[in-house]
Amino acid sequence: MAVPLVYLGIVIASDPQAAWEALWRPRTAALLGRSLLLAAAVATTTTLLAVTLAWLTTRTDLPGRRVWTALVVLPFVVPSYIGAYLFVSALGPGGVIAQTQWVYGFTGAWLVLTLFTYPLVLLPVRATLRRLDPALEEAAAGMGRSPLSVFLTVTLPQLVPAIGAGALLAVLYTLADFGAVSILRFDAFTRVIYQSYRASFDRTGAATLAALLVVVMLVLYFAEGRLRDRRSSPRSSPGTARVARPVALGRWRWPALLFCSAVVGIALVLPIGTLLVWSGRALAGSPDWPRIADGAMNSLLTAGLAATVAVVVALPVALLGARYPGRRTRTVEAISSSGYVLPGIVVALSLVFFGTRVAPWAYQTLGIVIFALVVHFLPLALGPMRTGLLQVPRSVEEAGRSAGRGPLEVWATITAPLARGATLAGAALVFLTTIKELPTIILLAPTGFGTLSTEIWRQTNASVFEAGAIPALVLLAVSAPPLFALLARDR
Amino acid sequence: MKRSTSSLCAALAAAASLAFAGCGDDESTTASTPAAATKELTVYSGRDEELVAPLLKTFETESGIKLNVRYGDTAELAATIREEGDNSPADVFFGQDAGALGALHKAGQLADLPPATLDRVEDRYRSADGTWTGTSARARVLAYDTRELKEADLPDSVMDLTGPEWKGKVGWAPTNASFQSFVTALRLTKGDDVAEQWLKDMKANGAKAYEKNGLVRDAIASGEIQAGLINHYYVLDAASKEGDDYPVGLHFFPGGDPGALVNVASAGVLKSSENTAAGTQLVDFLLSDASQKYFADKTFEYPLAGTTPAPTGVPALDSIEQPDLDLSNLDDLQGTLELIEQSGVL
Repeated sequence: MAVPLVYLGIVIASDPQAAWEALWRPRTAALLGRSLLLAAAVATTTTLLAVTLAWLTTRTDLPGRRVWTALVVLPFVVPSYIGAYLFVSALGPGGVIAQTQWVYGFTGAWLVLTLFTYPLVLLPVRATLRRLDPALEEAAAGMGRSPLSVFLTVTLPQLVPAIGAGALLAVLYTLADFGAVSILRFDAFTRVIYQSYRASFDRTGAATLAALLVVVMLVLYFAEGRLRDRRSSPRSSPGTARVARPVALGRWRWPALLFCSAVVGIALVLPIGTLLVWSGRALAGSPDWPRIADGAMNSLLTAGLAATVAVVVALPVALLGARYPGRRTRTVEAISSSGYVLPGIVVALSLVFFGTRVAPWAYQTLGIVIFALVVHFLPLALGPMRTGLLQVPRSVEEAGRSAGRGPLEVWATITAPLARGATLAGAALVFLTTIKELPTIILLAPTGFGTLSTEIWRQTNASVFEAGAIPALVLLAVSAPPLFALLARDR
Repeated sequence: MKRSTSSLCAALAAAASLAFAGCGDDESTTASTPAAATKELTVYSGRDEELVAPLLKTFETESGIKLNVRYGDTAELAATIREEGDNSPADVFFGQDAGALGALHKAGQLADLPPATLDRVEDRYRSADGTWTGTSARARVLAYDTRELKEADLPDSVMDLTGPEWKGKVGWAPTNASFQSFVTALRLTKGDDVAEQWLKDMKANGAKAYEKNGLVRDAIASGEIQAGLINHYYVLDAASKEGDDYPVGLHFFPGGDPGALVNVASAGVLKSSENTAAGTQLVDFLLSDASQKYFADKTFEYPLAGTTPAPTGVPALDSIEQPDLDLSNLDDLQGTLELIEQSGVL
């Protein structure tokens, strides 16, 4: 998992003077500040959105709860650059719906990144909410507290680890994103990294700036860890939590439905509608269906394998984090997560570097693609899984051990089933992220291996964004069933 | 607990040391392709699949050599070859611009091309050191809205676009490599100070930034802006699809203005390749009359070898009053980038 870090170290060490200069270019600090500000804003709004949606879809009698559950996660499948472009098409200066200027710059980037990253917070929060022991809330309510007061003083504190983990993912995503900020013309830190590669073929400069991102990520990581350490997830009694009795929304049902509809409408229906209009035009150009079908199969294969491997790799690290917190553990976690804050191109190039030198037999195979995707996106599985494991009371495991079961048996029969929801959430996040991933696949996949994302890239690169509408719609369509299946199993 | 933590750390350390051990190991890995009778070539292409795949197919049929083509962004593929070093599986690199080839040449990763290949192309469109050659050319133009502007309204120099009559009306794509080559040309012909002042003045004059040349063109067509600095073929391509009433025209700055820079897509053979002869054969093919005609007809670019005429709708390549500079000097993109950064355009 430390491959990108070692690579950055080697590149920087090969030309330390150039690295030093890149670091002190006047714009470096200013751009980092702007990116951090954007990340903080995105973290705030994604949290508000995600906690509300998670509560509505798990704890209330919201009509059509199950369908909403999947619908509100689906926007995450829209690649951020497609989402950004759709917003410019809809609301930009030549917009179809309205003509505005604010889509460009901070406001647009904030809105678009919020809409396409809030599922990062939603999934872990939702998984935690489902497993929270309702007895505490019932006790508080029994003592005469209002529902709002119960939520703020009893439920919310228990959600803090999940919110922290999710918000950290949203922050890191925002810092690493290039697609959305470039289209929305927000001067973000990643733009400089890409420009170093694209305009000046300056690998040392790019590596230095990427390393700076890692440093920022480490600071955030340890800060989030402190947040997590101060909270435990108490239960009133050992054992599996009961399913909480749903809150009757009553006349609040309509505003709640309106809220869910608005989010789904803006983050999902609007993009899909625009894509449908464009695909009508693209259909006239007789799309290459066998190629798209082939891409769909490859996308599902890649994302499915990446999600599976990521969960398996994340498991020991998550266990370590949940059971044996401490500085050394946190370091292991931080190293395992460093790939996530790096722009895709940096992760991909680090594996080009090592692949050709250490494992030429694996270079440009599906194997190295999966490896790269896991290195890149491990925290997406790690965060929710660790949060899930934190909720499994150690006393239950100890009871299992004292009843004479071995550690593996305790793990298989007690811990794993209790943490299943969180594991599925982690798998879903990795799946949804990797299915749209581009740079890793373009640079590392076997020659001629096309996915839906490379197909979108090929079409939009050759002409205009509209041309990528059909593979983009297929991407959404093939992501939906596995997502439904994952969430449906998480009862 | 103690044990599980430390064994995991040990595993990480082992993995790291393995990785480090591999670094000094460049020479040990050697490909095992027979030198004679090459059957396969690996091509890294920064040019779009849609544009060049049919052409490369023809090469496969004619030569009997199978091509494995990786498509990607020109600069990213060049960066990939840099990271691959001597272990690169690539035999031939085919890029959008000369800069990427120049960077590989500087890194010592390109093989010399034979004089017979190089001689097919005019000196100014190929590497002075003979490691890469241009395969087709594109001209920088001022694309303009023909509904709003007449040819007489258009300036003689790109420098005039900073005037009040152009306030808020001009678009550009500052992150685009072609634009940056043009800024390099501006620096080389007028000096860094003038170039920086021009960038600042353009920004102050409300120049609108777009991510892609095609988006600048579309913004002109939709009336969002009235003119834009792009490459000539974007307009020819759209006009061929939209018909004669496509409202975007081409203006070539006269008098050796840097705004009329001509840049080239180019190809080179990797030094690490064991199939340099077959690689050269592919480069020769790209310079053949059939290929040159293909570029003119399908990608609306200027042919560089032989006698194939320019695509319809643009003046002949010789008639463009290009700035007087050496294309191989256009690779100082680092300096250009810093200048663009200082000017606050990006």
